[in-house]
Amino acid sequence: MYSASDLRKGLKIQIDGDPYIITEFEFSKPGKGQALYRCKMRNMISGNQFSQTYRSNDKFEKAALEERKMQYLYNQGDEYHFMDTESYEQLFITAEQLGDNINFMIDNMEIDVLFFDNKPIDVSLPIFVNLEVTKADPWVKGDTSGTDTKPVTVETGFVLQVPPFVEEGDKIQIDTRTGNYVTRVKE
Amino acid sequence: MLAPTELHIRAALFRAIRTFFAKQNFLEVDTPIRQPVLLPEANIQPLRAGDYFLQTSPESCMKRLLARGSGNIYQICPCFRKEEKGRLHLEEFTMLEWYRVEASYLELIKDCRDLITFVVGELKLQFPQLAEKNNGLFRYLNEGDCFQQRLFTVTEAFATWCPLTLEEVLAKECFDEMLVEYIEPHLGQGELSFLYDYPVSMASLARKKHDDPMVAERFEMYIEGLEIANGFSELTDADEQRQRFEKERELLSKMVGEELSMPEKFLADLNKLPPSAGIALGVDRLFMLILGKSDITEAVSFAPDDL
Repeated sequence: MYSASDLRKGLKIQIDGDPYIITEFEFSKPGKGQALYRCKMRNMISGNQFSQTYRSNDKFEKAALEERKMQYLYNQGDEYHFMDTESYEQLFITAEQLGDNINFMIDNMEIDVLFFDNKPIDVSLPIFVNLEVTKADPWVKGDTSGTDTKPVTVETGFVLQVPPFVEEGDKIQIDTRTGNYVTRVKE
Repeated sequence: MLAPTELHIRAALFRAIRTFFAKQNFLEVDTPIRQPVLLPEANIQPLRAGDYFLQTSPESCMKRLLARGSGNIYQICPCFRKEEKGRLHLEEFTMLEWYRVEASYLELIKDCRDLITFVVGELKLQFPQLAEKNNGLFRYLNEGDCFQQRLFTVTEAFATWCPLTLEEVLAKECFDEMLVEYIEPHLGQGELSFLYDYPVSMASLARKKHDDPMVAERFEMYIEGLEIANGFSELTDADEQRQRFEKERELLSKMVGEELSMPEKFLADLNKLPPSAGIALGVDRLFMLILGKSDITEAVSFAPDDL
């Protein structure tokens, strides 16, 4: 159990059976008044946000969250299959749950999967991933169109803007938080 | 943590405060920080120091000095309140407290405005480059280097901004929540705001108003939505004070998990207290606003995490 004085930004608590993460936190105490713990929270499953003010004697349940290292195996339509690297247990997560993450996942990648109540609810990818460019227009030297980037497609099917010197078959590093090109990788 | 230039500004603020009070013949006093007994206030938790408590305010000793004929006094000292930590709170903070005899809370409201005007004016003279940036409190100074001020009674403020009336709020016991949510953000924006005439239940050491015993002569000064000072006409009736302390002591004893004793020596002196008014002002918060910062840990020489 947490007490109100444990509340802080980033803390994960459980309310009415759902896990919440505190996204904003402020301690208030009007003169001679009681301590107030003002929180903004996000439901870690539905994404819904809400604000709530707590008092010092309020208590909170820890969110029953568990992070497990898993290997991404393959996808079959909207089902993305993973294997627990310790227990070899396999499971799948839907494309909807994975959101934009599917743009950066390649077979055999190690990914941290967050479980709530033994159900996967989120994945955290490495911040940087290296992906192969599968489609790029050739760089025309002397191109004076004035643009300093061009679109390319990488092996996951994700399309992003890169500098004109990047060619088909190159490996490039991408920031998974923003989906932006970082650098070309020499192998 | 403060940069060297900020240390100079903070030192100048302390000098200006002392000059302000010296000019008005207030006596600077210093009283023990460790106290064997506290004035019980339900929502203020003390920190322990061996068999003693660290003071949550210098009120007890300063009023006893008044009762012994000290006349007008002020003090700048550290105070300690357990579990008060956040962007606007430090467990150890610097308090400016002053008492004016033969005066009521109305004179203190004037003191507040004069003090803020004086110290910000002094800093503007001494640090013109700081004032030129026109942030912090300097941007509030009008052409005559004064601050605008507005006064609201607590009842008015709730009627204006809160979806519930003050009566409803008191009945539902959500005064603090409503104050923080609906009232405070409107106060002290571009001016000094004074919220005054609190319900008696919100002012355990303040005198009741003669013509309205439901209201206590207490006020708070706000700047930028932030409570900077809390003052009141002092209650000088020891019997009434004892009754109010009993309620507060019961609540506080529960909270700290030990039976707290009554401040008997304080109560014995209280009957000799001349009519007077006293106020506490948070120096670190004032300095934070002067610098135009939004986190109190950036307004003190060392924040807890710096130690």
